[in-house]
Amino acid sequence: MQKVYTKIESIVGNVVTVRAEGVSNGDLALVGNSYANVIKLDKDIVSLLVFAGAQGVSTTDQVRFLGKPMQVSYSDNLLGRIFTGSGVPRDNGPALNENMIPIGGPSVNPSMRIVPKNLIRTGIPMIDVFNTLVESQKLPIFSVSGEPYNELLARIAMQAEVDIIILGGMGLKYDDYLFFRDTLEKSGSLSRTIMFVHTAADPIVECTLVPDMSLAVAERFALDGKKVLVLLTDMTNFADAQKETAITMEQVPSNRGYPGDLYSCLASRYEKAVDFEGAGSVTILAVTTMPGDDVTHPVPDNTGYITEGQYYLKNGRIEPFGSLSRLKQNVNKDTRDDHRALMDAMIKLYSAFKESLEKKSMGFLMSEWDEKLLKYGDLFEKEMMDLSVNISLEKALDLGWQILADCFEPNETGLKTDLIKKRWPKELSVAEEK
Amino acid sequence: MDTIKGYVTGVNGNMVSVHFDGSVLKNEVGYIKLGDTRLKGEVIRINGETASMQIYEMTNGIKVGDPVEFTGELMSVELGPGLLTQVFDGLQNPLPDLAQQCGFFLQRGVYLDPIPNKNWDFTPCVKKGDKVRPGDAVGSVPEGLFDHKIMVPFSLSDEYWSVEKIVEKGSYNVRDTVAVIKDSKGNTKELSMVFTWPVKKAINCYAERLRPDEALVTKIRCIDTFLPVAKGGTFCVPGPFGAGKTVLQHMEAKNAEVDIVIVAACGERAGEVVEVLKEFPELTDPRTGRSLMERTIIICNTSSMPVAAREASVYTAVTLAEYYRQMGLDVLLLADSTSRWAQAMREMSGRLEEIPGEEAFPAYLESVIAAFYERAGKVRLRNGKVASVTIGGTVSPAGGNFEEPVTQATLKVVGAFHGLSRERSDARKYPAIHPLESWSKYASIADQKKVDTARSILFRSSEVNQMMKVVGEEGTSSEDYITYQKGEFLDAVYLQQNSFDPIDASVSPERQIKIFDVLYDILMTEFEIEEKKDIRAFFNQLRQEYLDWNNTEWGSKEFEAQEKKLIDFYKSKARG
Repeated sequence: MQKVYTKIESIVGNVVTVRAEGVSNGDLALVGNSYANVIKLDKDIVSLLVFAGAQGVSTTDQVRFLGKPMQVSYSDNLLGRIFTGSGVPRDNGPALNENMIPIGGPSVNPSMRIVPKNLIRTGIPMIDVFNTLVESQKLPIFSVSGEPYNELLARIAMQAEVDIIILGGMGLKYDDYLFFRDTLEKSGSLSRTIMFVHTAADPIVECTLVPDMSLAVAERFALDGKKVLVLLTDMTNFADAQKETAITMEQVPSNRGYPGDLYSCLASRYEKAVDFEGAGSVTILAVTTMPGDDVTHPVPDNTGYITEGQYYLKNGRIEPFGSLSRLKQNVNKDTRDDHRALMDAMIKLYSAFKESLEKKSMGFLMSEWDEKLLKYGDLFEKEMMDLSVNISLEKALDLGWQILADCFEPNETGLKTDLIKKRWPKELSVAEEK
Repeated sequence: MDTIKGYVTGVNGNMVSVHFDGSVLKNEVGYIKLGDTRLKGEVIRINGETASMQIYEMTNGIKVGDPVEFTGELMSVELGPGLLTQVFDGLQNPLPDLAQQCGFFLQRGVYLDPIPNKNWDFTPCVKKGDKVRPGDAVGSVPEGLFDHKIMVPFSLSDEYWSVEKIVEKGSYNVRDTVAVIKDSKGNTKELSMVFTWPVKKAINCYAERLRPDEALVTKIRCIDTFLPVAKGGTFCVPGPFGAGKTVLQHMEAKNAEVDIVIVAACGERAGEVVEVLKEFPELTDPRTGRSLMERTIIICNTSSMPVAAREASVYTAVTLAEYYRQMGLDVLLLADSTSRWAQAMREMSGRLEEIPGEEAFPAYLESVIAAFYERAGKVRLRNGKVASVTIGGTVSPAGGNFEEPVTQATLKVVGAFHGLSRERSDARKYPAIHPLESWSKYASIADQKKVDTARSILFRSSEVNQMMKVVGEEGTSSEDYITYQKGEFLDAVYLQQNSFDPIDASVSPERQIKIFDVLYDILMTEFEIEEKKDIRAFFNQLRQEYLDWNNTEWGSKEFEAQEKKLIDFYKSKARG
């Protein structure tokens, strides 16, 4: 039997306390009409975090404890649907109540994990060639407000070779939400996508639920043999929402106001990325905006310690320097024999180009070699780095050779002779082809 | 004795308040009963009749009024044969066994026996009437490569016990009684091969502690020669993310010349533990020819596992290390990362509403870190054998800034500091240990005077480099330019090491001494080259020759041939 409590003791921020007995930690409750979560018990005083925010909650509102933790429905019916952070449909579709599963479940036994071995193709050369995304990897996209990170995520959602995409939006601008919805709909990818979206206008507490909801569903699909890619944007908003709640709860802040458990908080979400032996996998790509482009800010800093590399999105391009996929060695040896060597050679030359560019900007005389590098850098940025380039990994490698051939003599590239013999293009240049 | 019972009065994150009747020990273990599940926790504060417990599991579903049972024992680990090659979580649960029972996910409240239930061939080493003290062996069993000593439990009172009964040589179950001993008052005690020990107490059943004066060889040139570690010493490896802390520790775990390596993955990525798990059984230990896993124990409490158990995991690891030291073995404990452990302390401290110190870390952070590192040490056992525990911990400073409390507290107590730099790792200079900022108080395997001179050239070279940034190459004298090139050369051929190259990945101390002498001679030689262009070309060539030398097999013909080629080359340009 559900007991109804009518005496709310205090309302601070989004936290409501009520005197009640027999309540379990982590359980769900209804405060008035909105859901809430038990976050603290002290004798008979129960603290509840109200998802919809405590604004407008009255001291005489009814509190009902539901005797179960926060859950989300799991079935194929989720595909193509859009929900809020607390799992309420956003798309005027029917609410889903069958087959409820708990969120924020236990972590995977480390001894059951396997070494990741499959790459995920995205059609973006800067990812596929230079920092390959690997199944079960967790990677943040470090970026700054104003960069086209959501466009990048949408493209990955459309193109990535996976079975299911789960998009978790946190603190999204409403326009961005519409952009995601419309783009995916137009491309026909919506049918393999599930969206949990919290917009900036929604109650802040729902923001903290988005990753757990997304990942709980992802984990189930993976156990059922599906290759799932979870896209989260923006984890900094998630961390800020955690901060807000922690401060309301009068927790001692540690670094720039963030709670002391920020690392554990982020880690328990990111570590959901996993490859189940004999079943599917969960891969996580998460946008993390860096306030003030500062990578030492607590959110990107803690994230960097958790994730397996990072993509830097800067000036509309994925920067080859600083970006790193720690798992790429596991997969790029089996793609094509020239993959690693070409990747290294192109990056080295691009780094030399940057030096020449610096020299040029300081007014030094450009040597013939510098001119070659300048031409190369220009081509590389236009043909490879531009985010609109959409070609397969093999085509991208061929294009790489073509760019090198356009700019350099074979022995200037530092590539091994046998590779050059095999791959050096004898045909038209990129420019001439056009 | 009756078990002390209580009930839950409050839950706040992983801290649970419990009302109890009777007496409760601080740091005592208790279990919260949730239906059929029992959740383990440790008492960390007692106030009147309320005990605050940190729970090693998720606290979802705990209600006010749930019953609690106290065990009367401190948080302990089980010690006995069969620990090697295992993978435990922070509470000494064997993870592969757990996986067999629970599948993909860690299920809370499942605690398994850490010591495998099997028979061992026991050979006694005492006879009836002999006198023994805690920590003395009564016999031994063969565990993989080692003679695992079966000892009198360390927790017995420190006096001479007389052996009343000892079993014959033969095969016994690990829990069978193998000996009976009696103290002066006539109390008898039955001994099996297993006993427990509280993790937060250092094992001190040895005769005396010695100064760590013997080098612990890691086969990493820049460590062994320039920033050495000693057996029984301590060192720390702070570095920003992506600087290669974990890769460096794995290199140390593979190459270190010790008997046993304990890897404590504390709050780090699960994927990295998997690499060790899959890689180590495949690798052979060059010293024994057996699989590396046979000398390894992994304690793993990865970042997504409950925080309180993370705090326990480093203590579990160091206790196992001390246990094996007691058998006369050299043990290396690698903890990755101590910052996560400190953060676990911070989290608990926050929940206890203690007054926070710097960056909200508790005020006792420094003393706790100091106490942990002090558990390292080289000791003479009572049987005269010398054994050691060496502790190496990584630190993950926020923002890569070494000025933060955990790094600073660690630096105060360790004997060597291997600071990793983002600059070096970005430039792909591995291992990314900063040669100028790092230091070590231990003795190098090479001639210390020569090492100091080489280091001073490195300093000078870096100064010249700074200067050149202002005045340009043109404004630098040839002499300074050569010093600069010498420093760069030392860095490129000696400090940097390719961990993926089969030969370069591990360099024996003999080889290090040999090639360092040649290197030193090069550094001391005055070269007769004037033009900067020629100097650069000369050092480029020299570097190539030396690197080629590094890639030849030790003691081979090619090694000698390349050595001669190298020496002839640099002597040709030497002055006079």
